[in-house]
Amino acid sequence: MTRWWPRATLARVGLVMLAAMVLGALLLPALAPTDPRAIGDVLALRLLPPFRVDVAGHFHLLGTDKFGRDVLVRMMLAGRVSLFVGVIGSVLAAGVGVIVGAGSAWLGGAADRALTALGDALLAVPRLILLLVCAALWRPGTGMVVGVLVATGWMGVARLMRAETLGVTARPFIESATALGVRPIRILWRHVLPNALAPAIVATTLGVGSAILLESGLSFLGLGVQPPQPSWGNMLADGRDAIVTAPWIALSPGIALIATVLACTLLGDALRDRLAGEQTQSLRDRA
Amino acid sequence: MLLRRVAESVVLLWMVVSLTFLLVRAAPGDPAAVLIPPSASPADATRLRAELGLDAPLPVQYARWAKGMLRGDLGTSFAQRRPVSAVLADAIPISLALGGASLALTFLIGVAVGTMQAAKRGTAVDVALTVGTTAVYAAPSYWLALALIAVFTYGATYWGLPAAFRLPAFGMRSPGLDLTGYAALGDLARHAVLPVFTLTAIGAAGIARYTRSIVADILDAPFVRTARAKGATPFAVHVRHVLRNALPPLVVLFALALPGTLAGSVFVETVFAWPGMGRAMVTAIAARDYPVVLGATVLYAALVIAANLCGDLALPALDPRRRSS
Repeated sequence: MTRWWPRATLARVGLVMLAAMVLGALLLPALAPTDPRAIGDVLALRLLPPFRVDVAGHFHLLGTDKFGRDVLVRMMLAGRVSLFVGVIGSVLAAGVGVIVGAGSAWLGGAADRALTALGDALLAVPRLILLLVCAALWRPGTGMVVGVLVATGWMGVARLMRAETLGVTARPFIESATALGVRPIRILWRHVLPNALAPAIVATTLGVGSAILLESGLSFLGLGVQPPQPSWGNMLADGRDAIVTAPWIALSPGIALIATVLACTLLGDALRDRLAGEQTQSLRDRA
Repeated sequence: MLLRRVAESVVLLWMVVSLTFLLVRAAPGDPAAVLIPPSASPADATRLRAELGLDAPLPVQYARWAKGMLRGDLGTSFAQRRPVSAVLADAIPISLALGGASLALTFLIGVAVGTMQAAKRGTAVDVALTVGTTAVYAAPSYWLALALIAVFTYGATYWGLPAAFRLPAFGMRSPGLDLTGYAALGDLARHAVLPVFTLTAIGAAGIARYTRSIVADILDAPFVRTARAKGATPFAVHVRHVLRNALPPLVVLFALALPGTLAGSVFVETVFAWPGMGRAMVTAIAARDYPVVLGATVLYAALVIAANLCGDLALPALDPRRRSS
């Protein structure tokens, strides 16, 4: 069989896509000739199709929305929110997961049983449903979305971390560290955690994509990021009404969303292959 | 073993139920503000507070509420003024039919695509399908739904495509038409095409990704080489040896795919206006109808826990290594 495209190449493609999205989100709104949040001459500017020059001579690559705002610039502004919420939400969730997972494996006993049970109970409810319940009970907004993503996203990483920590703790070098009289907290920090972190890192990378998807889903239903703050989800909800007359308004943020989630998944997959490879390598070395 | 797993599931469900109770009480502000409709007058609010037992201490409230749950009493919907169980009972069959049809198609297509990718590992076809399935898997269901509506509902009419491609985008049946028998069934089927396709496409992409890695591992196993060396045809190798061994992990995956399909149907039901559980929940959130929101949450959890239990119980039947004496 011919090796066509190694998966590492796909990961590089993902990295480039992600970098382009981040750069665009940071730079484009700042470089735009008009304020993307301001509403100008609505009648002259609204619902321009892609690749049009408006009356003021500004070029709109992806057209304009129903208030005459440039879709590309707004999409990048929304990208700032969506990327921020996705990355912060999943990194904080992973942080909580690492602490809970490693903690419960290290402590054992009643604390371990209680934390594992709590995680199992939360995992039994589909994450979107949990998000919807929290969104219904708390006031919608960007901060709430991040909080809820953390509250509903730590269980997977905690489970991985707990298993991994138990595995590492059983290995001989931990026993020798204990025999040498190293303090338990130092053993956990210096010897156990670095050796148990790999699966959590992969899960976090893959989690960024799903966090971005969940944020946009909540915002699409009007329960997440609130207008006038644009996010990919609420832009899509805006474009839903105009899907017949101006399909570009809904299609553009959707494509940005797919490209970003795709890039995160490609990156996470490659990372998993790489780390899994290293682990089997070290297993072979030991044998 | 069996009894133990069932008992564990019941305990798990009980924890979810307790968690939703705590969640409402942990929400900012007075739980009465959450559980009493905002339209109630102060006098009514006091009366309702007593009626709902919100003036009792927390443990007493919990005990009362738990008693209701045990009897299947999920409370009364504010917005619809009838039991939550009745509201949900109307919605469940629709969600299960939509989810069930999608899940069945998801596995048929997903397993076929994933197996083909694994058989042609590393070729251009495999890479194209990997990129394709990853992209579809990344697509939000509501975006795909809107894109399909744009093409098959409005686009098909605009471009003058044949009637077979002009598909309805809203509701479960054509309004104004009083159809019966096969005509009604056909109408329902036409309304189901776009929602089922949306859920199936995203689900199948995910299953294909898993199947590819499962089957790829099995293809490297020595027993597959033995089967080939014995002269088994490629078809026999794939069906009798590879698929047979891929079945146990796929059954586990089937149980895990159910929550995703149910959650995905929240968006699909909302966009396509199907009166299922997802739409009931979203409508209830908009109307601040908390008893329905919490009832739906408990029901979703019950479905997931039941699916996991079924997966666990089916596993020993498929995989002799999982059988304990």
